[in-house]
Amino acid sequence: MSMFGLGTTNSLTMDTPHPDSLLDTGVQGVIGKPLDRIDGPLKVTGTATYAAEYQFANMAYGVLVGTKISAGKVVSIDVEAVKSIPGVIDVVTDFDRFIRVAAQGGATDAPTQGVKDIAFFGQIVAIVLAESFEVARDAAARLPIVYDVSEGQYDFAAHRDETRTPPDDATPAHFKQGDVDKAMAEAAVTIDSTYVTPSQNSAAMEPHASTAVWEEDGSLSLYGAYQMPTSDAQQLAKSLGLPEKKVRIIARYIGGGFGSKLGIAPESVAAAIAAKQLGRPVKAVMSRPQVFEATVRRSNTEQRVRLAADASGKLSAIGHETLASNQSTEDYFEPAGSGTHMLYGGENRLITHELVDMNFVVSGSMRAPGEAVGMLALEGAMDELAEKLDMDPIELRKRNDPKIDPEKDVPYSSRNLTRALDEGAKKFGWDKRQKAGTRREGEWLIGMGVAGAVRGNMLMESSAKVEIHPDGSATVSSAMTDIGTGSYTILAQIASEILGIPVANITMALGDTNDPPAAGSGGSWGAASSGTAVYLACEMLRGKIAKAMGVDEDGLTLKDGNAIGDNRSTPIGELVGKGLEATGHVKPGKQEKETTQAGFGAHFAEVAVNVVTGETRVRRMLGSFAAGRVLNAKTARSQCLGGMTFGIGTALTEDLVHDTRTGKLVNHDLGEYHVPANADVPQMDVHFVDERDIHANPIHAKGIGELGISGAGAAVANAVYNATGIRVREFPITLDKLLDQLPAV
Amino acid sequence: MKTFTYEKPATPEAAVKDIDTVGAKFIAGGTNLLDLMKLQVETPDKLVDISRLDLAKIEEREDGGLTIGALVPNSDLAADRRVVAKYEVLSRALLAGASGQLRNKASTGGNLLQRTRCYYFYDTAAACNKREPGSGCSAIGGFNRILAVLGTSEHCIATHPSDMAVAMRALDATIVTLKADGDRRRISIHDFYRLPGDTPQIENALEAGELITHIELPAPPKGKQEYRKVRDRASYAFALVSIAAVVDVQDGVIASASLAFGGLGPMPWRNPAVEAALVGKAPSDAVFEAAATALLADAKGYGSNDFKIPLARRTLIATLRNVTGA
Repeated sequence: MSMFGLGTTNSLTMDTPHPDSLLDTGVQGVIGKPLDRIDGPLKVTGTATYAAEYQFANMAYGVLVGTKISAGKVVSIDVEAVKSIPGVIDVVTDFDRFIRVAAQGGATDAPTQGVKDIAFFGQIVAIVLAESFEVARDAAARLPIVYDVSEGQYDFAAHRDETRTPPDDATPAHFKQGDVDKAMAEAAVTIDSTYVTPSQNSAAMEPHASTAVWEEDGSLSLYGAYQMPTSDAQQLAKSLGLPEKKVRIIARYIGGGFGSKLGIAPESVAAAIAAKQLGRPVKAVMSRPQVFEATVRRSNTEQRVRLAADASGKLSAIGHETLASNQSTEDYFEPAGSGTHMLYGGENRLITHELVDMNFVVSGSMRAPGEAVGMLALEGAMDELAEKLDMDPIELRKRNDPKIDPEKDVPYSSRNLTRALDEGAKKFGWDKRQKAGTRREGEWLIGMGVAGAVRGNMLMESSAKVEIHPDGSATVSSAMTDIGTGSYTILAQIASEILGIPVANITMALGDTNDPPAAGSGGSWGAASSGTAVYLACEMLRGKIAKAMGVDEDGLTLKDGNAIGDNRSTPIGELVGKGLEATGHVKPGKQEKETTQAGFGAHFAEVAVNVVTGETRVRRMLGSFAAGRVLNAKTARSQCLGGMTFGIGTALTEDLVHDTRTGKLVNHDLGEYHVPANADVPQMDVHFVDERDIHANPIHAKGIGELGISGAGAAVANAVYNATGIRVREFPITLDKLLDQLPAV
Repeated sequence: MKTFTYEKPATPEAAVKDIDTVGAKFIAGGTNLLDLMKLQVETPDKLVDISRLDLAKIEEREDGGLTIGALVPNSDLAADRRVVAKYEVLSRALLAGASGQLRNKASTGGNLLQRTRCYYFYDTAAACNKREPGSGCSAIGGFNRILAVLGTSEHCIATHPSDMAVAMRALDATIVTLKADGDRRRISIHDFYRLPGDTPQIENALEAGELITHIELPAPPKGKQEYRKVRDRASYAFALVSIAAVVDVQDGVIASASLAFGGLGPMPWRNPAVEAALVGKAPSDAVFEAAATALLADAKGYGSNDFKIPLARRTLIATLRNVTGA
């Protein structure tokens, strides 16, 4: 750590635990409080400007054109055929530079480029530019494209044996410890079940959108809907063949991302190339079908889970073997086994991932990649094991709650699975759960289910600048984003708590790569990573204020805009001269290896299954989470509620269907791709286990949003089993999968 | 969306005169037509906006029935005190449909004319005989979870998506129209819809330029009313199976029964054989089973919608138990 008062950057590499936190010693009293979102009024009054809402003089409207076939080549595009339509300016294609797939989150290289070869239905090959959106859309629909059609792979079941092994990159695809086969053969009780999950789409409310403006100095400003502007700008620069410094991304507000906006999508490159060619700003907003067809999906999976246990339920082996799909040129795999590494003990372990090549839109990260669907399988199998052992499923989980990481022989940074289960069970009324298929109210079969929750915690290199102005106000700026999670608010709260400046006097400036680089929002790392960067900047400013006041830092209290120490109280603004600034910078260090870091929790669900129709309706849910310090009780709760709602969709409704004859998405809109509607989301409660994580970061918080989904769907599915006695292993659990096993009417 | 011209006539008579070209269409709420225009499934040259015509009243008739203006919003019709009290099945069907926002905008006449929600009808890159006669049917052999098991043909297996129209069919509604030549027609809802046969693009009895002005309901029926909708999520999802039931039990015998079904066929479905299996009988599971067998005798699944057949059987039996108290 640099000396306070020297330089303007306070850097921290998280090599050692950080037991002391200024958030514990601060007296402003805002940390953890359920403050309303500071950006809320802008959003409800329609004055928060989203990517598609920027207007520029002489702007042209671009509508993307996707292919109508799923495999083959583009032979020709008859641009002249639509150029005569009044209002059409031009049709721009660039077979070499247009990106074929969306970039993966955090990548610093361009994604696969080149669109002459067609890898999936809806691949973006052209952009039609017009003086109005309506004319551009009409011309795009009429643009003649000649194809050379070839055979593609559209039926996962038909190709499931043709696997390839993805490389062990950042997320290892394979892990083996001991001998699962042997342990299975020797165990008193075993489970060997295969679970199937469908492709999914993030279905964020805001579609992908980019407005590209070339500046006079030859640089590009792109107003985009992106979660990680710093790395997105790198991807965009590489795609266009520009130096990184020549690309600026502005993403002040993002209408939900859920992973789909981690990396750049085709509209950004197309808008940039078109804007250059036209010499005019270009706006390109993807249609809803294009968002489904040409951005990114969560892969479908087939997961074999094996569990071996002794008669007391103690696990001796866990096997979790996943098949997922992607395009042949892409190595990303849905890491369904990632939670399985951390959740339960058992000395024999096998966790593998294989890929099947399909001509589908690229698969990538969607909310809680891995755990969100992997835990449907693991926690379903644990429920099966509990049933077989005639044991309470909570007790089974507690018996397998390891003291240390079962694979790495290192401690957990913090782990409160058992407390989350116990405290959750009490609040939920778990003791009223009955045996499977025994509780009925009229036409409804009632059941309760539980599942553990785990989601890896990540700290990502991030920075933020904090300035204190002579009027006593402060500005926080960073290329961090707020994708609807509450980043604006919690970062202001952290600055407020440490600097003693009221939240109302703090201006937040996020979502601009002209500001200090940050990892952005994804993987639930935003609060911890950018929160720590803000913390470090404020820590340094605190030192400078102490120095300016001539007091020891230990004796300095900052509250309500005043610096108090040595029996004096001085307005902070009077101590900063023409203004003080500091940049905080954090990066992960040895703590990441010396401890295993994850949020833990438990999900509880009560469902009703109609005995006549098989319709499942969730009656109530409770999530009990141990995720370190809660920075804002309201936004944290909202994050968890959103995750749990995703869990309902994962369990019961969401299913991205490809026509196995053509590879086309059948249900590429919100009418037929069913995310839960309000009526599907019942009374939900969130309970936070009191916890601090000193190994994770100085603010002692862990990722929270994705913990809310990890395991939620499994709790719903296990409740369906408890209600009906029917175990559905193919998601989503739609009524047709229950119907033939329900009692006769 | 293709460029179109726009007229806003002041009277129904002027409206039917404005529909003077093959490519012209009426628009009221636009909750379906605009979606189809954005996708270029519909490409009208001209829109005749009827949304401001004076056709938004619900009036009682001397025979005890109701005359409903074609432009009464679905929300208003569902909430009308007379409808809630005497045509409960209609109110419930309306509220089971779409979402609050859509019901506020959607009109009564437009609801009757909704196009199918077949995935392939909406996909201009797919073959669809309804959208492009003679091009084929992608739904047969494809993903057809929400499509029909009754009244289909080798050319089309689309369903009619309306909930309201199912209740209207159980209530024996009459559709009142105005034609370009000034003639009025009264068409029973039972004669209004068409089976696909080899012309799935023809969905109803309306002639070119004919405008629905009113829907008449006869005097309230006797007996208990119920609308039951089975769907994949609790709101904003089309029916997999729905049933509008009006059944009157007198002295332990079913005196009258009117049953219409959604989600099963290309039109709001009604089959006299179902009702014949019930009327004059004492309510019992055996009688209900016989009614279900009559309904589904000719049912044909197409793969992913096979489940609708047992689902319809189960749902009908449960609904009949409820309305008869058996």
